[in-house]
Amino acid sequence: MQNHQFDLIASPGFFIATLLIYAGGAIGSLLLQNNDRRAALWSTLAAIAGSILGVSFAVAALLRGIIPAFTSESTFPLLSTSFYVDSLSALFVLAICLVALCCSIYALGYLRHYYAKYNIGLLGFFYHAFIASMILVVTVHNALSFLIVWELMSLASFFLVIYEHRDSANIRAGILYFVMTHVGTAFVIFAFLLMYQATGSFEFSAIRVGLDYASPILRGVIFLAALIGFGTKAGMIPVHIWLPSAHPAAPSHVSALMSGVMIKTGIYMLIRVSLDLLPPGELWWGMTVLVAGSLSALLGVLYALSEHDLKKLLAYHSIENIGIILMGIGCTLAFSATGHNTLATFSLIAALYHTINHATFKALLFLGAGAVISATQTRNIEHYGGMIKTMPQTALFFLIGSMAISALPPLNGFFSEWLTFQSLFRGATSFDAFHDFPFILTIGALALTSGLAAACFVKVFGVTFLARPRSTGAAQAKEAPFSMRMGMAGLAIIAIALGLFAGPVSRVLGQISANLIPGGKAESLGELNLITVSSPDKFYTISMPAVFLSLLAASIILSLLVFLMTRSRRVRIAPTWDCGTDLTPRMEITATGFARSIITIFKGVLRPSRQTDIEYHDSRLRYFPKMEKVILGQRDIYQPYFYQPLRELISKLAIQVKRIQSGKINAYVLYILLTLLGLLIYFLR
Amino acid sequence: MTTTVFIIWGIHLLLIPALSPFCIGVTRKIKARLQNRAGASVWQPYRDLRKLFCKDEVISQDASWLFRVVPYLIFASTLVLGASIPLFSARVQNLLTGDFLVIVYLIAFGTFLLALAGIDTGGAFGGFAASREMTIAALTEGGLILSLLTLALLCHSTNLAVIADTLGPRYFLSFVPIVLAFISFMIALLAETCRYPFDNPSTHLELTMIHEAMILEYSGKRLALLEWSAANKYLVFIALGANLFFPWGITHSQSSIALLVALLLFVAKALMFCLAIAVLESSIAKFRFFRLPDLLFTSFIISIIALGLTVKS
Repeated sequence: MQNHQFDLIASPGFFIATLLIYAGGAIGSLLLQNNDRRAALWSTLAAIAGSILGVSFAVAALLRGIIPAFTSESTFPLLSTSFYVDSLSALFVLAICLVALCCSIYALGYLRHYYAKYNIGLLGFFYHAFIASMILVVTVHNALSFLIVWELMSLASFFLVIYEHRDSANIRAGILYFVMTHVGTAFVIFAFLLMYQATGSFEFSAIRVGLDYASPILRGVIFLAALIGFGTKAGMIPVHIWLPSAHPAAPSHVSALMSGVMIKTGIYMLIRVSLDLLPPGELWWGMTVLVAGSLSALLGVLYALSEHDLKKLLAYHSIENIGIILMGIGCTLAFSATGHNTLATFSLIAALYHTINHATFKALLFLGAGAVISATQTRNIEHYGGMIKTMPQTALFFLIGSMAISALPPLNGFFSEWLTFQSLFRGATSFDAFHDFPFILTIGALALTSGLAAACFVKVFGVTFLARPRSTGAAQAKEAPFSMRMGMAGLAIIAIALGLFAGPVSRVLGQISANLIPGGKAESLGELNLITVSSPDKFYTISMPAVFLSLLAASIILSLLVFLMTRSRRVRIAPTWDCGTDLTPRMEITATGFARSIITIFKGVLRPSRQTDIEYHDSRLRYFPKMEKVILGQRDIYQPYFYQPLRELISKLAIQVKRIQSGKINAYVLYILLTLLGLLIYFLR
Repeated sequence: MTTTVFIIWGIHLLLIPALSPFCIGVTRKIKARLQNRAGASVWQPYRDLRKLFCKDEVISQDASWLFRVVPYLIFASTLVLGASIPLFSARVQNLLTGDFLVIVYLIAFGTFLLALAGIDTGGAFGGFAASREMTIAALTEGGLILSLLTLALLCHSTNLAVIADTLGPRYFLSFVPIVLAFISFMIALLAETCRYPFDNPSTHLELTMIHEAMILEYSGKRLALLEWSAANKYLVFIALGANLFFPWGITHSQSSIALLVALLLFVAKALMFCLAIAVLESSIAKFRFFRLPDLLFTSFIISIIALGLTVKS
């Protein structure tokens, strides 16, 4: 009986119904755009309904292990398409819909401050188009249709980035995003065209079979093109430059979706192409991804430390976490290329686990940031302070998110970093000395990254929520409306649950990975139950519930004991001691000051800039300064050393090409004739 | 049978908090003797704790609920740490929380919360101390993880109890990596437990304080808890060093004599560590803050070399 219901939910009809709700939400918001309140209500309620349907669809598909699929065959290439929701797709649909659900609940309250300022109907339209296109991206199984929905997703998110169009910085961010995402798409198209050339089909199922006979060089080229193309979407360094400016520009619940799940579609396609369509892979693929992952993780967190714009800082942390996910994928590729199938399955669990974990806690942090920003009207964290008193619940949720992203036990971020560490440990022992070394260095990079991430979130949480307010905005902030807190609470609970139920979740992910890795068996992963996660050879054993419960029990018993022992002691409230001076907010540590020592230590990598302006009372002698202004900045190393030379190269090539463009029609006719002749000779050979 | 295991578990759980003030007292005493002072009794830290628990408390008006909760959470985390590491009996094989990454990240958990509590009162000292502490903690973690990983790869297990149990026979076969990992671990130990050359545990000069400045606003029972957790953390690190890098003396037997001998041996090893740390602290000066990263990167690189040697063998 129950199975029958699952079959009903995990059916193509249900899937289409979900998409139709999003379509209805999109069109309805456009129709209602004259009334802000109605448009907001319609778009959020439709999004909530669609997301609930999407979540139940994905859960049913995952639990039943059945694959809802449908194809439409046509001689016209654009009409022939196929959708195929295997367990990997279902997982991503689940992540998208879950985050979308919480973001939409949040939007109920959040959209209010856009009333009468911007067009809510348009926001609703693009929001729905965005979610629906993400769901399509992870389910479509045809390269041509994929490119269409991929482009749809890029465009919808582009319009969301420039939604607050009266700020010219947002337009600039949007255009950078537009350019970069299309450069990425160009690489994606290149990869799919190469696949088409080798297999004669755009269908993933045909490509999968056909590519078996392709040469290793061709497969390597396809892999690299896919890595660059999808890496651009994911925010891999050095093709990340759009991410830190585009994510902050969008409305916060959209930033949460973009950082939480949109960049994960890049990860999804990377997994799909490199583990599903292309295999057997080669060892250097894994090593390349490991290097890219380490670089992204380490540099991402260092840039985050030097950032003061709250949303930009979170965007840099997305780059860091994409790096950690890439480490897991790198291990998977290296293991599966060398036939260590069980280890490959395990590493893929690490990557997938971190993917869903990052989706939850990063969305949570962006929603928290949105609440803080709409309460204070500024994104500069130097103007916050003391908000744990004015916004206690938001502070609690943000603290949970901060601890999860800093990989502190017993939360979910710790478990997925633990899995990634274990995969890397296995990598450090499974190869020859030469190939072990990248793994050892990646372990070092990951350890350093997680330490720096913790430092960064002490900075963010401390400067935003603790101590005294540094501006009137922060002092007069009001707690976020109920619906916004609900959205954050949902994600916080998911973050805790993903940490607590690590075993069962890993079992589900193990099944997904085993389906993808040829020869990978979920049974060979060892114990993955409610209490413990352990390998068959007892290399590792861990119990997340034990960590959680022992911490909880120890704190409760301890507080009771201390309370009973010291009941009669009084507690007096008094000002903070500060050497007898009057305490002002200027004495608190600032975000700049907090991160300065780390930035100084890593100045070789970060290249901080410092500009000092001094005004003197006696400008001739220069003994008595009147005012000193120090501007601390960050030199952009990607623009001058990577993108500038690239641009110059392209301009030079263009000038060369311009020579054959004379403007005379006779010459063009000659070119056409020569091309035709060339083609004739090539094909009649 | 089961009662013995029960008693062993009981001792295991209480050993760290019971013994840690003593270790602090011994370290202070040795340092005092090396400086030609008589020094306070080795039991002085216990008296200090009792005194603090008896006192009233002053809490800053700027402090939030976080400031009040943090001491309990940190102390609880050190209790879990104490229960998760091998101490004296191999009967206690903690397969649930005994993974070395759990240990490293539980330590990070305490550091994270303490740094937040330091910022919470809004004073200048707490803030800069939190910044320094997080800088050092972030750079220490790499060396700590990699040095413990060296042992884990030698024993083919990341569980500390298994490492302490199986490293003995392989000790001299891979002596060089173990020694290198030990050097790296010792640097991490000094950094994490706020010892010279990283921090001066007995300073009250604001410009040099790190740990002391974060807990500056605490008083009464919460200060007692924080001082005690710092002592616990010190003993946890000593226990890790003593039982992982000198993996002898942990008994499998259940006879009370053998257990007593193992317990005494563990205390003796811990005291040797206290002696070594005290001598080290008395013979070097505190480093300038921006020279500390050099030392921590040295720890990092030494353990990478150790790992390289391990993997090749």
